[in-house]
Amino acid sequence: MSQTPLKTKKPFFLRFKDERILLILFALMLAFPFVMNLITGSGLNDGITKFWQGQLIIFFIMAVFAMSYDLLIGFGGILSFGHAASFGGGAYTFALLMEHWAPNFIGKYRILIGSLDITEGIVLLIVFLAVVLVSILIGLLFSATSIRLKGAYFAMLTLALGTAMFILVKATDFHEWTGADEGLHGVYVPDWINPTQNRLTIYLISLVFLVVCYLVMKRMVNSPTGRVIIANRENEDRMRMIGYNPVLYRTIAFVSASFFAGLAGALYSIWNTSATPTMVSAVTTVNALIMTILGGMGTLVGPILGAAIMQTISQFFYTWFGARWPLVFGVLFILIVMFLPYGIIGTWRMKRNDIKGGWQKLLRLLSKKEDL
Amino acid sequence: MTEDILLEARNLTKAFGGLVAVDDVSIKIRKKTMHAIIGPNGAGKTTLFNLLSGVLPPTKGEVYYKGEEITKLPPYKRAHLGIGRTFQITNIFPNLSVMENVRLAAQAKGKDNFKLLRRADDFQQYIDKAEEIIEVVSLKGKELFLARDLAHGEKRKLELGIMLACDPELLLFDEPTAGMSSEQVPELIDIITNIVHNGDRTAILVEHRMDMVMSISDIITVMNQGRILAEGSPGEIASNPQVQIAYLGDLYGELA
Ligand SMILES: Nc1ncnc2c1ncn2[C@@H]1O[C@H](COP(=O)(O)OP(=O)(O)O)[C@@H](O)[C@H]1O
Ligand SMILES: [Mg+2]
Repeated sequence: MSQTPLKTKKPFFLRFKDERILLILFALMLAFPFVMNLITGSGLNDGITKFWQGQLIIFFIMAVFAMSYDLLIGFGGILSFGHAASFGGGAYTFALLMEHWAPNFIGKYRILIGSLDITEGIVLLIVFLAVVLVSILIGLLFSATSIRLKGAYFAMLTLALGTAMFILVKATDFHEWTGADEGLHGVYVPDWINPTQNRLTIYLISLVFLVVCYLVMKRMVNSPTGRVIIANRENEDRMRMIGYNPVLYRTIAFVSASFFAGLAGALYSIWNTSATPTMVSAVTTVNALIMTILGGMGTLVGPILGAAIMQTISQFFYTWFGARWPLVFGVLFILIVMFLPYGIIGTWRMKRNDIKGGWQKLLRLLSKKEDL
Repeated sequence: MTEDILLEARNLTKAFGGLVAVDDVSIKIRKKTMHAIIGPNGAGKTTLFNLLSGVLPPTKGEVYYKGEEITKLPPYKRAHLGIGRTFQITNIFPNLSVMENVRLAAQAKGKDNFKLLRRADDFQQYIDKAEEIIEVVSLKGKELFLARDLAHGEKRKLELGIMLACDPELLLFDEPTAGMSSEQVPELIDIITNIVHNGDRTAILVEHRMDMVMSISDIITVMNQGRILAEGSPGEIASNPQVQIAYLGDLYGELA
């Protein structure tokens, strides 16, 4: 809440003062492949430099997916167990079109500006428009079918819808198109964004994607519409009584979350040139849920941190703990939820900014500790 | 004469299973009056409010607002028509600041609800309006408090502030002083009379404190077991033998 509203408009770049840390991290990430290459001398598209770019690409994309989940659960108060349907939906839309439509089109037509061949660019543009369209439709499907449901019934329905999508992509009837159980692999992508041949391009694209999505989502949750979505989470009855239609705002939350999840899914599909049933499955939703809870719901930065932790854990825990790593992770997760009930970022912010409310929470936290 | 009527309920009935909470209630609310509804606990006053504000659908009967039937309108549409209400059990946005609680209500009637990529804080008009209303309900200085951290009496004021920010023409107060100590009541009465009279508004007031009802209302309807027992000016109600026997005697006894 700005109590001293700014009367004069600040220049564009100063408006992101709050994002100073983000800007520094962005610069670090931008420099990372080049610095890594200087140190190791492995070459930008080779060895350990290439490997770590890959790890970070997965992190960037999963961070956007987790943030989109935060939009739903943290800001909208909508606990959906079918969010992977949007992620997987985006991935499959991309993979299906690139596999079955794009090569055909590129083989037949050439679109030129002067001597510049932009066919591949146009194809990608069309495919991404389709991804956006499908994501929006999935968001609408989820909100329209669940309008009258509350609590556990609502959660069950989202789980059922998500599972229906999962079954659909695994259906042997469409094996020829979707690859059923195996999914689609070795999907065609233009050379310049091919993650094997040009990892740096996809690295930079994913990094910019993360930053842009973060800024847009941050703006959205602070917009007039976003504030109403938060109010809906807080008290639907009162919100209705002051003149807002809850169904409408829930739909907006669903559609925006689905939009970002779908884009993340499509990008993930470029990254591993595939689309698999796992991307649509409840496991993927639960991953986003864990990232969001770890980092802190309703914070946006939290899910990014959560994604970073998950990515690190999946990298190192196996080497450290062998096959027992999920057990270790489970214990760690329970400890974090117990001692940081608002997630890492959520708890940190509360202690720092919101001293009054924070003290109460802290006391509650401490009394919980005594119960042990 | 009919232009004089802001809200009308005809044969309004609400049954919860076998229990008829509101039983064939017909009532007319005249413009710019303070219309009190009194009656013992369980008389059906809150249920009647739920029917008038659209929170519950009636089993039977109709509701008219400015001559138009609104029986089937959802609450948010009634809010846009100018019907505001407060709740007997405090109903606010607990984890939002006092400012945001009121600002949200002020934003509701504006044209900026679907701006997804603008900053809410750049819409100064809603902040200004919220500040104005926070002053009216005497919560100045508490703007940045989370609603849940307010004292009970302050929450009751916030309850009024949220309703007022919607710019209603008809205000439904459901026991605004509920849970408040006697010392806090006069201030709240002042706020309520100020809101209603200075704003040229119409109000329906459900209240248990008889001294308050008698002194500030223009007309009183007495309900008992879902039905209307009597209606009239404070003087008429006070001297109505039927009402005295059924209800008032007890309450005055309590107050004495
Ligand atoms: N949602 C509901 N479901 C079932 N019974 C209800 C409900 N709401 C109110 N009642 C019953 O209706 C009667 C009237 O209640 P209410 O309207 O709250 O009375 P008042 O506000 O006059 O005290 C009471 O007997 C109450 O128990
Ligand atoms: Mg009541």
